Amino acid sequence: MSKQLVAFDKIGITFNDRVLLNNIDMAINEGEIVTLIGPNGSGKSTLIRTLLGLQEATSGQLFRHKTLRIGYMPQKLHIDPTLPLTVKHFLALVRGVDKAQILPTLEKVGIAHLLNSQVHVLSGGETQRVLLARALLNKPNLLVLDEPVQGVDVNGQVELYNLIESIRNELGCGVLMVSHDLHLVMAKTDTVVCINQHVCCSGSPQHVTKHPEYQALFGVPGADESIAIYAHQHDHVHDEHGDVLSANDKASNNTAPSSHANCHHA
Amino acid sequence: MLDLLFRALIGGLGVAAVAGPLGAFVVWRRMAYFGDTLAHSALLGVALGFLFDINLNLAIIVLCVGLALVLVTLQKKHIIATDTLLGILAHSSLSLGLVAVSFLDNIRIDLMAYLFGDLLAISQTDVYWIYGGGLAVIALLIAFWKPLLAMTVNEELAKVEGYPVEAIRLLLMLLVALVIAVAMKIVGVLLITSLMIIPAATARKLSNTPVQMASIASMLGCLSVCGGLWASYQWDTPTGPSVVVCAAFLFLFAYTLPFKRLS
Repeated sequence: MSKQLVAFDKIGITFNDRVLLNNIDMAINEGEIVTLIGPNGSGKSTLIRTLLGLQEATSGQLFRHKTLRIGYMPQKLHIDPTLPLTVKHFLALVRGVDKAQILPTLEKVGIAHLLNSQVHVLSGGETQRVLLARALLNKPNLLVLDEPVQGVDVNGQVELYNLIESIRNELGCGVLMVSHDLHLVMAKTDTVVCINQHVCCSGSPQHVTKHPEYQALFGVPGADESIAIYAHQHDHVHDEHGDVLSANDKASNNTAPSSHANCHHA
Repeated sequence: MLDLLFRALIGGLGVAAVAGPLGAFVVWRRMAYFGDTLAHSALLGVALGFLFDINLNLAIIVLCVGLALVLVTLQKKHIIATDTLLGILAHSSLSLGLVAVSFLDNIRIDLMAYLFGDLLAISQTDVYWIYGGGLAVIALLIAFWKPLLAMTVNEELAKVEGYPVEAIRLLLMLLVALVIAVAMKIVGVLLITSLMIIPAATARKLSNTPVQMASIASMLGCLSVCGGLWASYQWDTPTGPSVVVCAAFLFLFAYTLPFKRLS
């Protein structure tokens, strides 16, 4: 059995008499993709913040494997427009980063042509990939991704999930993802944990979607067109790097709004 | 006379050179009002320095750092909105400073010089203080550049990656306090923030990387000091405000003329 990276043991968080999380049991193993789903305000972000050490649990225990090294991809990136910053400089801020790894990592996430772009001009999908690159540069054995496909269109979402899966396959790291959209993410997930302050249900995607508590929160799969039935696509061949690199990448230095030379249609 | 001007120039350049990079952080982190608050409280530091007969620069640094700590503590409690809190602290500490100064009967204090600066009254000891403090600030900035910048870009990411974010935030406050203490002689408590943020804001238009912005801000600050001193010599205008006016002109030029960014 693979190494257990993180284990939550009856974790609870109470803030000003409000219960944010209650009795959470959860574990993430090396090489496993765990997806956290739940409605707004269900405590998904709180749970992640606890794992990251940004918030203290008020009860229960959190076990971290001694080798645990987290690569964190926040929901979004706000950088003050008064701060001039290129993608390269942004990635060089990773603590103890090996600068020689910056370009290969960008290649891995398919945006090598954005190396010298200003971070303020990136599209939603490009920003997510830059954040993913930053998480990877921390040499993690656990990737924590807070809504990694936010602000990305459906095609881009599929590409990103494929990318995340291929990274998992390559590095053998664990992945914890938070997600809203159920059908796309489930195809790439080993374990789904559905929370609403407490753990409603967890297990394989097939198991969870049949669970009454899940159905009470998200509806019965197939009953609504917007929630498509999930399916693994093992015959699926996809270029996870995306092959729409434009030829005039050199213009990416130019931050003038008229320049769309570095526009990457992810 | 020339000797006096030369010393003023040397002192002014020293202050502008450190105020620039730190000003960049103040702009990036939207701390302009915070800087103002610390600067306003510096007058109280002067009064206390006279009262207890300790070195004025030291009194100012201690008071600024103390106030910064009070501020952070109050901010965490969320009693009141941060800008309101800053407004309260800025003006009550300035008023307290003015009241305290009025009690110092036996010492004559040139209030105008402390409020608006008096570059020409700068002494040799002041120059030593400026260069000692300035070098310390620059050395700390260079040594902690990466953590400072990482925290500025995104505190949570920095924390997850293992940067000691709280300590770095404290360091930045200490640096701001240091700069205020050494810059007070030049532009006075009411104008210090402008010497930090105007050159930095101008530099934004011309730069592509944080390092560029910080160093261009330094140079623009020095240019403003030269211009301000020259104007002051030429037309007998007050030096501190002349320097700030000069910086503001540079800002206007940079944003109205079609300059290209460095690459």
